[in-house]
Amino acid sequence: MEQQTAQPEMTVIGGVDEIVEEFQPKIEAMICTYCTYAAADLAGSQRLQYPPTVKIVKYPCTGRISVAHILKAFELGADAVLVGGCEVGTCHFIEGNLRATERVAYAKKLLEETGLGGDRLEMFYISASDSHGFVNAVNEMTDRAKKMGPNFLGQARG
Amino acid sequence: MVQGFRVHRTNVVTPYHPLAYEQGQRGKGNPERFTLLNRVPFGKFNRVNSEPVNAYREIMTQKEIARSKVGAVMVVGGGIAGIQAALDLADSGFYVYLVEKSPAIGGKMAQLDKTFPTNDCSMCILSPKLVECGRHLNIEILTLSEVKEVIGEEGNFQVKVIQNPRYIDVGKCIACGICADKCPQKVKDEFNMGIGTRKAAYIPYPQAVPLKYVIDPQKCIWIKKPGRCGACQINCPAGAVDFEQTRKEFTLKVGSIILAPGFGVFDPTIFDTYNYAKLPNVITSMEFERILSTSGPYQGHMVRPSDQKEPKRIAWLQCVGSRDSHHGANPYCSTVCCTYAIKQALIAKEHSKGSLDAAIFYIDIRTQGKDFEKYYMRARDVEGIRFVKSKITKVLPVDDTGNFMIRYTDGSGKRVEEEFDLVVLSVGLGVQKDAVSLAERLGIELTPCNFVHTSSFRPVQTSRPGIYVCGVFQEPKDIPQSVMEASAAACDSAIALEEARNTLVKEKTYPEERPTVGEEPRIGVFVCHCGINIGGIVDVPEVRDYAKELPYVVYAEDNLFTCSQDTQEKMKEVIQRERLNRVVVAACSPTTHEELFQETLRDARLNKYLVGMANIRNQCSWVHSQYPRAATEKSKDLVRMAVARARLFQPLPQLTVPVDHKTLVIGGGISGMMAALALADQGFHTYLVEQSSELGGNALRLLNTWQGDEIAGGVKKMIRQVEGHPLIDVYKGSTIKEAAGFVGNFQTTISQNGTDIALEHGVVIVAVGGEEYKPTEYLYGQDERVLTHLELDTAISKGDKKVTGAKVVVFIQCVGSREPDRPYCSKVCCTHTMKSALRLKEMNPEIDVFVLYRDIRTYGQREELYREARMRGVVFIRYNPELKPEVEKSDTGLLVTVKDHILGRNVVISPDVVVLASAVVPRDNSSLAHIYKLALNEDGFFMEAHPKLRPVDFANEGIFLAGMAHYPKPIEESIAQAKAAASRACTILSRKKMFAGGDVARVDETKCVCCLTCVYTCPYEVPRLDEEEGVITIDAVACQGCGICAGACPRGAIIVGHNTDEQYIAQTNALYKFSAAAG
Repeated sequence: MEQQTAQPEMTVIGGVDEIVEEFQPKIEAMICTYCTYAAADLAGSQRLQYPPTVKIVKYPCTGRISVAHILKAFELGADAVLVGGCEVGTCHFIEGNLRATERVAYAKKLLEETGLGGDRLEMFYISASDSHGFVNAVNEMTDRAKKMGPNFLGQARG
Repeated sequence: MVQGFRVHRTNVVTPYHPLAYEQGQRGKGNPERFTLLNRVPFGKFNRVNSEPVNAYREIMTQKEIARSKVGAVMVVGGGIAGIQAALDLADSGFYVYLVEKSPAIGGKMAQLDKTFPTNDCSMCILSPKLVECGRHLNIEILTLSEVKEVIGEEGNFQVKVIQNPRYIDVGKCIACGICADKCPQKVKDEFNMGIGTRKAAYIPYPQAVPLKYVIDPQKCIWIKKPGRCGACQINCPAGAVDFEQTRKEFTLKVGSIILAPGFGVFDPTIFDTYNYAKLPNVITSMEFERILSTSGPYQGHMVRPSDQKEPKRIAWLQCVGSRDSHHGANPYCSTVCCTYAIKQALIAKEHSKGSLDAAIFYIDIRTQGKDFEKYYMRARDVEGIRFVKSKITKVLPVDDTGNFMIRYTDGSGKRVEEEFDLVVLSVGLGVQKDAVSLAERLGIELTPCNFVHTSSFRPVQTSRPGIYVCGVFQEPKDIPQSVMEASAAACDSAIALEEARNTLVKEKTYPEERPTVGEEPRIGVFVCHCGINIGGIVDVPEVRDYAKELPYVVYAEDNLFTCSQDTQEKMKEVIQRERLNRVVVAACSPTTHEELFQETLRDARLNKYLVGMANIRNQCSWVHSQYPRAATEKSKDLVRMAVARARLFQPLPQLTVPVDHKTLVIGGGISGMMAALALADQGFHTYLVEQSSELGGNALRLLNTWQGDEIAGGVKKMIRQVEGHPLIDVYKGSTIKEAAGFVGNFQTTISQNGTDIALEHGVVIVAVGGEEYKPTEYLYGQDERVLTHLELDTAISKGDKKVTGAKVVVFIQCVGSREPDRPYCSKVCCTHTMKSALRLKEMNPEIDVFVLYRDIRTYGQREELYREARMRGVVFIRYNPELKPEVEKSDTGLLVTVKDHILGRNVVISPDVVVLASAVVPRDNSSLAHIYKLALNEDGFFMEAHPKLRPVDFANEGIFLAGMAHYPKPIEESIAQAKAAASRACTILSRKKMFAGGDVARVDETKCVCCLTCVYTCPYEVPRLDEEEGVITIDAVACQGCGICAGACPRGAIIVGHNTDEQYIAQTNALYKFSAAAG
């Protein structure tokens, strides 16, 4: 039940002069307007706290998300991508979240093959009232991205 | 016309008068005659003074009254039933006053965590309806209000309403919550059933509609002693707190009234046996619902109240306060508790990750609803929830552990003691005191159990014409049934007020749009402080200045409240002065506010799709309040992303499509006829297609409803009404051959005795019914003394000696139902058996009647029949489905052998007649399902769009469902559903034209290679291959705009209007490129 608060800490590594800011991953959350976006809104109304690493892109349905969108995000430097849709069986458009599940699974495989790591991408099923579920998903992806380090494509681009 | 003079032979009332209809129904008058009368011109008889002419004058006066009917309806109660009734009426041309006594609409459904049998999150499915109600131009929500008095009559009521003060100006409140934050007074939170606290300044729940705070006058320090506190008033950034507000009383004119006051849950404190009042770990099911909810007192952690530890063993005790004739309890069955207990046990199991020991102690498991039986099976056989048939009368605490000891007798008759950590009382539903007094004030007849008295053929009509009822106030029922009745009540209101339709509704008009195509983007950015909600954390001026530097941004400003009325006016001015053609609002959530800004754009002559939002409140200031710097930086990121996206916005035209006002009703049974009449009575031309050679369906073979209404007579009357109705064309002996088109414009070809007839219509109602299962078991078909229910009714009505002279009759329940290959309950059989058993007893008091059953499912007030049957000496023997009764022929007659559970040995009965409660099975619906692309469930019944909130809609727009084609159900429910389908159809038929298109998909033919991926992916089967042209076409009217096709298209050839690939890529691109120059 503890409040999840990840924070941009200043960590001292190496010598006294060398103060490096801890790696703050860039995470894109592609979420559907009916369920997960509502959960994110609710997280706000309930003043739940989560790391500012995540930026939300709202979709009409997770079924709208194409593999290209996900790959583009990684190409541009995303350290992790979170896809959030309705719980199975409750999709506003019947089965958009199932299509998204398939596409995420496929994209994960591609990420694995390119060496970026499939774990940088995950599909979550978060209902509109599950604000804690959204916060947990953000924390989970933040942890993963921190563990896996920066996306080398993003670094290459500076 | 001369027939008019025959008037003295009938009761003199006009067909518009409800009494005429009622009496027509009851067979005391002949409604057709009145129709003829009305056509006699008035002037001819002006000076004559004779009995028939006086009668005629009376008719004309009543017609005058009819003309002055008010095109507004009052709905009393803002729970799910009230909400549905309000939406249906407001969408079909009536102005609605929605009167709710609490500060917000939503009712009990808002308090539920999940809903059975899909385990959908309750709030997720309810909240869109709340928002729709809150926004509807033709729904006026009156919160904190009660109906004091009603005078007048059907068509023209004056309702006196009392509205209590909110002490918050709803026009100013921005729901920031600072008042609640600063309020020092803690109060028990009734939304959370008293677990946990709220403040005296509060909103009932986060998604409340209207989303306006309220001050609790019972608890507020200032209101009790002015001058003592006032913290809310001092701190409110919008100056919305107003202690000067007083109670208001006003009178509203409406044409009809719909009562949907809902229910109260049974209060078990009156029983000392459960120790509910004393022990914190004995809780009601409603309390458990809040405990499970993520927005509940423990944030969704399943813990027990005494020590906030997770319980490892939970017991549910069924029928607490229901099916109990003790003083203070209710004799009826509350209908929903079995299924909700199963739901809670399943969800609790999920919370505990499977380790929970969940036991449900029951008398009969009543899972008679659609897909409930499978839910029960899953809980029992897959999830390992224990079902113990035993009524628990004592809950004993175990020392001070907070645990309980429960004693019961198990299936084998052994006495068992078991310890549990938490006890949930499955409390029943009942009518609240204020609903009873409301009924008294309105002069409405109630049943002995305080439910509103209705008849089988008019299930939502109260005893006072013009006043209708829906939801639990009529009888205990679940959400879908309440929703159906709500629509049915809306339908009856609409029929009564047909002439006044569209007389009081408001319609908004907009100036002509300015063409912007081809212009260079000129983006204006409005950054909102939201009082201190954003501004207190995020450096808003910094965000505004940052926005100014972004590409294509020509204007940026910050506002205290961007959503306020004066800012809207200013925004319009700025748009025109600066010639803006794109707008970005950085404020709160588009879910609640996008529509408002879209409207402002339309007022400023811009297409509504040219506005975008950045949600810097819910996604920045509120969730990163501890890190203002990070919140500000993220706000800039979100604004940059929104601007990059907005640059690519295109004006999207909305198409207008004319609506064909005719309806096709498929199926000429009770449901189909009722739906056709309900529509024709509202002036909509209806085609009724029946495959057999006569109307009436199964109902023609039935005797009485459980309420005692005679069926065959009622049905025959209905047939006469249908066949005599000028607006109903009946096609008997006809089947559906093919269909095309979409909502508003369907083309269907029917085949009548080999001849094709083409029909054009705007909507379809599917009411093809079901049929009785022909058993293969119990010697059915081999011995004429073995009958089905329908055959029994026929035999009784024909006076068949075999039945009328029988001395011993055995009923066998669940024949073909609740079996592995038909895993559903047929819902109607238990009640029909009770009714038949009582009738047999009535005909011959000496008769011995045995009922062999698995669970008796006489839900709701039907329980009374079960009690009566027991009282009259009907013998009930429960059998095990593994050990079914056996029916054999012997020299002396039939022999039925069944193992009695209590005696533990076989009982042999030699009956004269065996009656099989055989299942209701669906017809072969596959061809119809294929023609209209409708979904069927595993059992072969049609599948509705949503089992809870859209029970009569199909997922395919413009097609509706009623009667047994949906699921087995009794006549009153079929009629309610038929009227509900008609009501839903009217929301389309009452429009002159429909808007379509806008944010929908289209195909870029230069990229498309016709790989058909979209055709296979679309859940609505909208994309079609045009074989002649060799292109894929997507119909803008049918497209739902989900973009699933675009997500799948390997060539990126599908453009979804407001959600294009370019827009997403630009937005993503902006996310990772931090310089202002990037875009």
